[in-house]
Amino acid sequence: MKYMLLIYNNPATYEGWSEDERNALFGEVDVLMKELTESGELIGGEALADASNAKTVRVRDGVTATTDGPFAEAKEQLAGYLTVECESPERAVEIAARWPDAKYFAMEVRPVMDTSGTEM
Amino acid sequence: VKTDARVEDLLRQLAPQVLGVLVRRYGQFDAGEDAVQEALLAAAVQWPTEGAPDNPRGWLITVAARRLTDQVRSEVARRRREDAAAALISAAELLAPAPGDAQPTDHDDTLTLLFLCCHPALSAPSQIALTLRAVGGLTTAEIARAFLVPEATMAQRISRAKQSIKATGSSFRMPPEQERTDRLRVVLHVLYLIFNEGYTTTSGPELQRSELTGEAIRLTRAVHQLLPDDGEVAGLLALMLLTDSRRPARTREDRTLVPLAEQDRNRWNQKLIAEGIELITRTLARAPIGPYQLQAAIAAIHAEAARAEDTDWPQIVALYQVLERISPNPMVTLNHAVAVAMANGPQGGLQLLATLDADGRLDGHHRLDAVRAHLLEMAGDHAAARTSYQLAARRTTSLAEQRYLTARAARLTDDGH
Repeated sequence: MKYMLLIYNNPATYEGWSEDERNALFGEVDVLMKELTESGELIGGEALADASNAKTVRVRDGVTATTDGPFAEAKEQLAGYLTVECESPERAVEIAARWPDAKYFAMEVRPVMDTSGTEM
Repeated sequence: VKTDARVEDLLRQLAPQVLGVLVRRYGQFDAGEDAVQEALLAAAVQWPTEGAPDNPRGWLITVAARRLTDQVRSEVARRRREDAAAALISAAELLAPAPGDAQPTDHDDTLTLLFLCCHPALSAPSQIALTLRAVGGLTTAEIARAFLVPEATMAQRISRAKQSIKATGSSFRMPPEQERTDRLRVVLHVLYLIFNEGYTTTSGPELQRSELTGEAIRLTRAVHQLLPDDGEVAGLLALMLLTDSRRPARTREDRTLVPLAEQDRNRWNQKLIAEGIELITRTLARAPIGPYQLQAAIAAIHAEAARAEDTDWPQIVALYQVLERISPNPMVTLNHAVAVAMANGPQGGLQLLATLDADGRLDGHHRLDAVRAHLLEMAGDHAAARTSYQLAARRTTSLAEQRYLTARAARLTDDGH
């Protein structure tokens, strides 16, 4: 089963950190990414630019309206995601728990839909 | 590279034979498997333009052996132990095909390779990937596309699978007699998983996945030829043929799923049905009964019904009773409940579902909710049926199933019940 692990954080928190602290955080990410690559579980992932760069798009009565900023205003924002394929939901949670943002903010684990299906 | 179909068929058929010869001769499954892949790729490029050699098998063995020596040499050079390479393989040995390379040997290595690739120490995804590459002769890129993962991810899985096999210390020979039944069961399960990956595809962008169905049938057919007296191998082959016969009717053009009862049976593949029925009938008459044979027998009863309402449900119930006795699992109970409802009315089926609720293993599984929804709908309890359809729709991770379940729920709402 494929899972998307959504990374939530508040960039303001990390801005207050020392460089060493930030490097240690990136180090943890590197170790985990290497492990997931070697295990064949890593499918992909992207980091997202700060939510201040987001544009929210709405179409109403055929008219497109674009506003600056994210759809949901919150201190925590979606910072990126990784997609993994693993044997159980427990394993997906285990991977999410290893991602450093889980210690300070939260990770959301969501199964990815596929288009296969069994007729009933 | 687009290989023409005839060359590709030939290469895929020769792949396990060539690998078998290499592993026998040099005893290195891991490196040998890489070398065979390279030889297959070279052939796929050269043969369509230059024509296939007179002795395709010998050609592949020679090229693969040369690649293997090159690999071993460069590795050994790196370790500054050149003399070891000379001892391992003499260059003269590679100049011409060894005696016997031209003709297939009297023993076929396909089964030995399948046992190795489906080693119980590997996870199912690894068993599947390695089987498709080493026995099926598919490239890593093709396997990756079929499983919708990046090629690098699939390459890593295959490489790890080979390392795991190495770590178990398994050698390239048939498992001991007393382990063979259990190991064969794993092989059949892997082939069944490959089949299902292809069969459940709902067409469209994942069309390549459906080729897995044909590949699973091809490999199971090969095993059946090698073990013609094994009832479960024959049963699995019959099950695949009979299931695959329904593929043209199981989805509409807009990719929505069509339930068995509503399928246009004129679109079922009669050639596959005839072969499947003949095979399962012959097998049931002489082999000890097993789960794949029973499932094939159930599929055969569906295939024999010209219309959904002609289905011999009491017979299907009887077969599910045997299946539950010899191979109990909650999914079998679920299908049994459907059969009971169709044979004797929804109440009996709903009672069986209650045993699954108590059992707990299918808790939160969308299939339990979906079956309950269908039986409640049969029973005329439309409000409860709608709730169960909606629950199933939220729980499934399949877009096609979600679309179907949501539509069933909406239909009950639209009826005004």
